[in-house]
Amino acid sequence: MPVTRFCVRSYEQDSKIFPSLAAKVGLSLLAALLFALPWIAGKYIIFVATVAAVSVIGALGLNVLTGFTGLISLGHAAFLGVGAYTAAILSTRYHLPFLVTIPLAGITAAMFGAVVGIPTLRLKGMYLLVTTLAFQFIVEHIIYHWEDFTAGDRGITLPDPDLFGITLDKYSGYYYVVIVIAVITAILVKNLSMSRAGRALVAVRDRDIAAEMIGVNVARYKIIAFIISSFIAGIAGALYAYLLGLISPDHFTLGQSILYVAMIIVGGLGTVMGSIIGAIFMVLLPELISLISSPISSAYPLFAPRMGGISVMIYGFILVLFLLFEPKGIVGIWIRIKRYWLSWPYTY
Amino acid sequence: MDYQLFLQLTLTGLAWGSIYALVAMSFVIIFKSTETFNFAQPEIMMLGAYVGFTLISVFELPFIAGFLLTLLVMAVMTAFMEILVVRPLVGEPMLSVVMITIGLAYIIQGAIGLIWGYEEFEYPSPFPSDPIMFGEVVISQTELYTIICTAILLIIFFLFFKFSSAGITLRATAEDTTAAFLMGINVKRVFTGSWVIAGLIATIAGTFLASFTFVDPKMNFLALKALPAIILGGMDSIHGAIIGGLIIGVTENLAGFYLEDYFGSGINEITAYVIVLVVMMIRPYGLFGHKEIERV
Repeated sequence: MPVTRFCVRSYEQDSKIFPSLAAKVGLSLLAALLFALPWIAGKYIIFVATVAAVSVIGALGLNVLTGFTGLISLGHAAFLGVGAYTAAILSTRYHLPFLVTIPLAGITAAMFGAVVGIPTLRLKGMYLLVTTLAFQFIVEHIIYHWEDFTAGDRGITLPDPDLFGITLDKYSGYYYVVIVIAVITAILVKNLSMSRAGRALVAVRDRDIAAEMIGVNVARYKIIAFIISSFIAGIAGALYAYLLGLISPDHFTLGQSILYVAMIIVGGLGTVMGSIIGAIFMVLLPELISLISSPISSAYPLFAPRMGGISVMIYGFILVLFLLFEPKGIVGIWIRIKRYWLSWPYTY
Repeated sequence: MDYQLFLQLTLTGLAWGSIYALVAMSFVIIFKSTETFNFAQPEIMMLGAYVGFTLISVFELPFIAGFLLTLLVMAVMTAFMEILVVRPLVGEPMLSVVMITIGLAYIIQGAIGLIWGYEEFEYPSPFPSDPIMFGEVVISQTELYTIICTAILLIIFFLFFKFSSAGITLRATAEDTTAAFLMGINVKRVFTGSWVIAGLIATIAGTFLASFTFVDPKMNFLALKALPAIILGGMDSIHGAIIGGLIIGVTENLAGFYLEDYFGSGINEITAYVIVLVVMMIRPYGLFGHKEIERV
């Protein structure tokens, strides 16, 4: 799995978080837009933006595990589910405030992550994939059937999130909280990727035996990757739970796990920017599909129940076409365009 | 313990287990030759059931003709899937190959939803519906024929892999792709061939499953149970897949009845995955699989 990086000439340049002035300006503009959104956009757009921010957090978590460390997981939604249900149960039964339940959700998910991580010390590739798949099914089953604890498919209704006793408005205050957490997560993951630990994770991904030879404790770093990834996933799940206000097992299915893997692939595997772009893209995709398909369904009402098939097919085609023609994802396209214009009019 | 009831549950479990075994076998055949799981296999099975249903019920072909035509259609389709989607990724990291088969699965799912909608259809089952009695044990004819047909199929495939030159070619490629290539085996054709054979087995499994239940867009979830069977048997072992499938089918059915009082309803859906976690901890390469030794 090659890392998509632009040409780096010195160590100082390599260790910067934002590689260029243009990136700084662009990100500042983006930050200003995100800050102004509650004033200029309607409630639905803010809701979608918050969902996108939650997905960015979740995708960053999966990227640590799959993108950096090369451990493939089809159980990411299960970790989100663990976090979401921890937050839901703590806030409804024990009336703990938002600021306490969010970290506890992360810690609980991280503990599950450590447990699932243990078999991975012996497993690789396909075998690991099926183990995470089994974890996904078991968590789904427990949420669905342990009704005394999780209320089964009736779901749990969460209280509105509050900060220091002030209830947050879902369409302004809570939106800012989620955006801030997403930004912090992105910076932390970016920092991780440039630290010794991050490089160790990449070494485990690329050649684990060689990594062991040069003094990387492979077992320890695999567990660490699982813990970090599931901690972030737990927080994303808890934020998602507060955002929806009502969670049920349907929100944390295998389909969701696959969606997260699709996010990091479509965005660009192993890059922070890729996880962010991929998550936003996959969240906006259904909105785009409904823009196209709702006129068709209203024109041919007989055909309307089958329109669901179209969106499933579009997801499939996006995955297949990206993997066939642009395995480095959207970030890969961006880097190619940049490289083309840098050396223009020469080809390279 | 009620002996009759136990036997009854075991027989039903064996019938389900046969279906799991067939699907598991189709997974293993592709895994052995190309070293990746084809996660679209359950969807291929579902597609086979839908194509069969359309040819037999809608176009009103006689069962045998319709079934053979279904096999032909599915063979062509799986060959195209392999050539267009999977072959360009040979040699890429496993994640890419796995995800592209998941993408393929979504495309097939979506296409089925688009073409056939989301209702259930009754499959024109070729088996008589009245049950047969063996002493006190009652078994439906569908279940009985499923077990018998699976057994016959397994023998045919065993002979095919053991003695026919095509079967030996497949096994040789599975053993060592590079060496097979150097010996003049057309590896590309073997890859396509393994997809076609797996597609045919999945179609047969889909036919049985549809006769058990209905033709509906949720059939693929049942076929995913084949995964635990493969883990249990060992990923690179065909007879392991078969035995694993039967074990999963029987334990699931017994657990559904005897353990329901302790763990609540739906315990049968999860038994298979608990078995997977335990196997992974104790014997990650399965009952019959080969332990992989990595050399520097």
